[in-house]
Parts: sequence; C-alpha cells; structure tokens
Amino acid sequence: MLKELFTKTKKKKYATIPSESAKQDVPEGIMTKCPNCKKIMYTKELNKNFKVCIQCGYHHQMDSAERIESFLDAGSFRELDREMVSGNPLGFPEYVDKLEKDRQKTGINEAVVTGLGTVNGFDVSIAIMDATFRMGSMGSVVGEKITRAIEKADELSIPFIIFTASGGARMQEGVLSLMQMAKTSVALKRFSDNGGLIISIMTHPTTGGVSASFASLGDYNLAEPGALIGFAGRRIIEQTIREELPEDFQTSEFLLKHGQLDAVISRTELKDKIAGILEIHQPGGVFQWQEN
Amino acid sequence: MAGELEFEKPVLELRKKISELKEFTKNTDVDLSSEIDKLEARLEKLEAEIYENMKPWDRVQIARHPNRPTTLEYISLLFTDFFECHGDRAFGDDEAIVGGIAKFHGYPVTVIGHQRGKDTKENIRRNFGMPHPEGYRKALRLMKQAEKFRRPIICFIDTKGAYPGKAAEERGQSEAIARNLFEMAGLKVPVICVVIGEGGSGGALALGVGNYIHMLENSTYSVISPEGAAAILWKDSTLAKKAAETMKITAPDLKGLGIIDEIIPEVKGGAHRDVAQQAKYMDKVLKDSMSELLVLDEETLISQRYEKYKRIGEYSFPNEFIGVK
Ligand SMILES: [Zn+2]
Repeated sequence: MLKELFTKTKKKKYATIPSESAKQDVPEGIMTKCPNCKKIMYTKELNKNFKVCIQCGYHHQMDSAERIESFLDAGSFRELDREMVSGNPLGFPEYVDKLEKDRQKTGINEAVVTGLGTVNGFDVSIAIMDATFRMGSMGSVVGEKITRAIEKADELSIPFIIFTASGGARMQEGVLSLMQMAKTSVALKRFSDNGGLIISIMTHPTTGGVSASFASLGDYNLAEPGALIGFAGRRIIEQTIREELPEDFQTSEFLLKHGQLDAVISRTELKDKIAGILEIHQPGGVFQWQEN
Repeated sequence: MAGELEFEKPVLELRKKISELKEFTKNTDVDLSSEIDKLEARLEKLEAEIYENMKPWDRVQIARHPNRPTTLEYISLLFTDFFECHGDRAFGDDEAIVGGIAKFHGYPVTVIGHQRGKDTKENIRRNFGMPHPEGYRKALRLMKQAEKFRRPIICFIDTKGAYPGKAAEERGQSEAIARNLFEMAGLKVPVICVVIGEGGSGGALALGVGNYIHMLENSTYSVISPEGAAAILWKDSTLAKKAAETMKITAPDLKGLGIIDEIIPEVKGGAHRDVAQQAKYMDKVLKDSMSELLVLDEETLISQRYEKYKRIGEYSFPNEFIGVK
C-alpha cells in the first residue's frame, strides 16, 4: 500500500505528490523546482516561506526538524524518548538493516519525534511524524512515543498537538502495528476525558491506520492544503468499485467539503492560527469583561 | 431606495423631501428653514406613529429584509478571535449553519448560528439558510466541544426552516433536529439563544433550547410561515398577512406567551438601518445574560433549562368538567 502511494505517480497526477522527474530536473541545493507549477526558485527563499511555493502555494514536504524550527518558539523544544528504537518482533528479513539505513539517512531514530515546547508562549506536548523515515509508517516505537507524549500532556495538563505524515501501519511489525492504533486512541480517550485539548494537523500524506486513529481524533482536525488524506489507497478503491475517482479525491479540500476537517490552513499562517486556538483554551477564564 | 418596505413609505418619502429642500437651499439665497423645521417635526411624529405601531406583517417584512444583518455580521461585531469550525465529521459541511470558537469581551465562548446569504450566489452556497441534517450535527458537535471545555454557547437563530428535501430526509432531518433538542437539554454550560431574523419552526428550535431565549424586536418565531399557515387554515396563501396576526409570531407576542425572556430593541426602522448600533444593543443583553448564567453550577443550569420548558403550554382542569369521563 505504501509503495503504491509513492511510486504510482507517472500515469495520473494524484493530489500533490511530486513526480520523481520534476524533483531531479534541478540540482539539489541552491535552486528548487516546484513540482506543481514548475517555477524554479531559490531554495533559501522557499525555505523562508515555510517551504510553501511562492507562486502557487504548493506545500513542499517538511521533515520533523524543519517542522520544529518553523512551528515551535525558537529554542523551546525539549525532545522526549529520543533513543527509543524498534526491535524486529516478527524477525522480518532486512527490517533491522532498513531501520539502520533510515536512521543514518535522516538523523532520527524513528518516524516520529516527540517532546515539549511552546507555541507563541503556550506550552504544548507535541508529536511530529516524519515521512522521510520509513514513509512515516507506524510501528511499536511510533505508537509508544505518541502515547507517552499524550501521557505527558495529561500529566502536565497542557494541550497535545500532533502533526501527522504517514503511509499507515508498518508492515514489518504486523499486527503489533495495527494495535498501535488502539493504544494511541485509548491514551487520547483518557486524556480527553480529563479535559485535555487535542489538535491534529494532517500533512501530506496521512493515510491508513494513522488516519484511522489519532489523526482523526482531534478536538480540532486541521490539514495543510493539498495533502493526501484517506483510509484506503486510491488504486484499491478504483479496483474495487471499478470507477475512476475524481481528481481531488482524498485531498484536504475534499475532506473539508465532506465534513471531516474543521479547517484547511496554509503553513504560512499555521502557527498563529494554532496559537489562537490555544489562547481560547487557556485555563482559568476569568469572569471579568474586557473591551472587545 | 432599494429594500424599501411598504408600511414605511410615508416616512421615507418625507425624509427624501426634506433632504431635497436642504440641498436646494444650499444653492440659493431663499430661506426655507422654517419650512424644513416644520417638516422635520412632522417626520418625527410620523416615525413615531409608524414604527411604534408596527403590525405583525410589517415585522415579518423587516425580519425577511434582504439587508437584515446575519449571524456572521453579528459575530464580527460582537466577538474577537473567531475561528470557524467546519463539518459534522460524518457527511459534510453545511454552510447554512456556521459555528466556531471566539472570545466575548475576553471570555471564551462557542458561537453557532444559521447563516443566510447576502446575495444570490451566497444564498445558493448557504441554501438560503435552510440546513440539512449535517448542519445540525455540526452544531451539536460544536456544542459538545464547548461542554468539554466549559465554554458558554451562544446561538443565533435565523432560518425559514430546516430544508425540506429528499436528501435531508434520507439522512435523517427529523433525527438530527430531535437529537439537538435532547442533547441541548443536558448541556452543562450556559446556552443563550437569540432569534435575529426568522425563527422557522423545528429548523430554528434545533438551535434554540437554552437557558435564555431572546428575540430581536422585529424577528419572528413560529411553527410555520404565515404563508404556510394561511394555506393550511384557509386554503389561501394570499391571506398570509392575516395569518401573521393570528399566529402570534412576533417578539412581543412570544414575550406575552412567556416563551422568550427578553426583547432586544431594534434600531428605528429595523436592524439593517444601523448594524453597529444594533450590535451594541445585543452586546448589552448578552453580557447581562452571561453574567447571570456564568455563576450557576452545572446542575442549576440544567434544571433552570428544564423548568423553563416545563412551564410552556396552556391547559386547565376546569371546575365544571367539560370532557368525556
Ligand atoms: Zn508552485
């Protein structure tokens, strides 16, 4: 399923997945070519604009480090459980090697980075999934780290924010992966019943078991524009129903129209919008009128 | 002038004449000030006569005025930091109802309301403010969210009614409305409802079970539109004017029946004549209501709401029994 998502892009333009050829037209580094509108721009300029295309608004993929940098207040992030790593519970051939390769490639140990930080001064517990590590797939470590971040939010009575980016469950951990959906949901339920605030921000792509668990359980379910969000893969659906699906199928905008999202928010205004929500949820609303 | 209403024509004509005279004197040496004074005195009397003796049908016309301020206009004037939340998380986002979180004088609240369009294009998008089940389910979702975070809820009512359509029935229009009545009864936070335009039947009531129900002076609240009532009662929808009188649908009528708590005064000639001023009148009433409700505990809020609706209805056990034994 994962493979499908990321390689099957030549024949049809699905959502906003950049085609491999577009990526390679321009040498990595100084210049970046927008896979959507083909504009070539300075990488520096693009990065300054939160990696949002200056011409067409296309949201380029962000890894967890870039997300922390752009979303949290400078220097506020304290990472939790950085050293937690996966085992190989099913003895899957090459799984250990693949993990090691991705650790080397990305500089992180798993597909989610968790910790504490502040957003315009408001304390939060945060989990940021990273699609550059094993396509953001969820195995035991992803489930456990997210659960711990939720428990931390509960313990400190602060909001929990999650950025999702995942192809779904991690096949190499089999049913243990599936159960992470339940584990994280159970933790969210307890946190929610204690009055905890949950904000989910779905980024490209949020699919499968991740979309069918914590990604969809926010008090506020938000998404970046043009993200692919859905449960089943497009091709599987097309094969099952023997029908071609509409162009915008399973995009953020499609989900908004179908009642699944509170709002689609551009990355350029995401931090301030979220800070606004956090402010409204600050405890101890004093009963005293101010001038509007 | 666009949006002129029949009953206020004499006022508007006189007003026009006065301004014409004023314009005229600017450009000549002729002194008409005593004439103008006289006319202005007459205007004042005429305004009092007309606006203080509005018939129910006149109010229906104002309540339906195309320029009448909508929920979103009141939201922008009364609240800060509004963040709109879309969708029922099940089927769709019904734009005939808007809702979200905001601050009211610094205090976090949830605001929900019917939303008409201001022009044809917007009216199509918002289905003329006539919701489908997903609209009511979005509203309920936001109310439950407000309850979780202990925010008071403010509902603006302004609809001709729930949309009478095939898809609406298939998705359970009745259930959606009923569910809201049921769940709103149990909300552990203050709920304040304000009828700002037309309160059309069950589709209005589905946002209308609250601790306080207020109505703008020229809004209406009814079980059926005057046209509909006339068609059913007298098989003649042209008798809508008569039905408007009979059906007791104006704010003063509902106040008299003990259904609503307060009539919020309107700007002379209707809220659309000065929206900012109208918002100020509304602001005061909302502040007063919130101050009264925010000090009550959950149990009291729910029982106050219970008693409020329990009271409504008229019946008797006459001394001389007139029914069947
Ligand atoms: Zn572009």
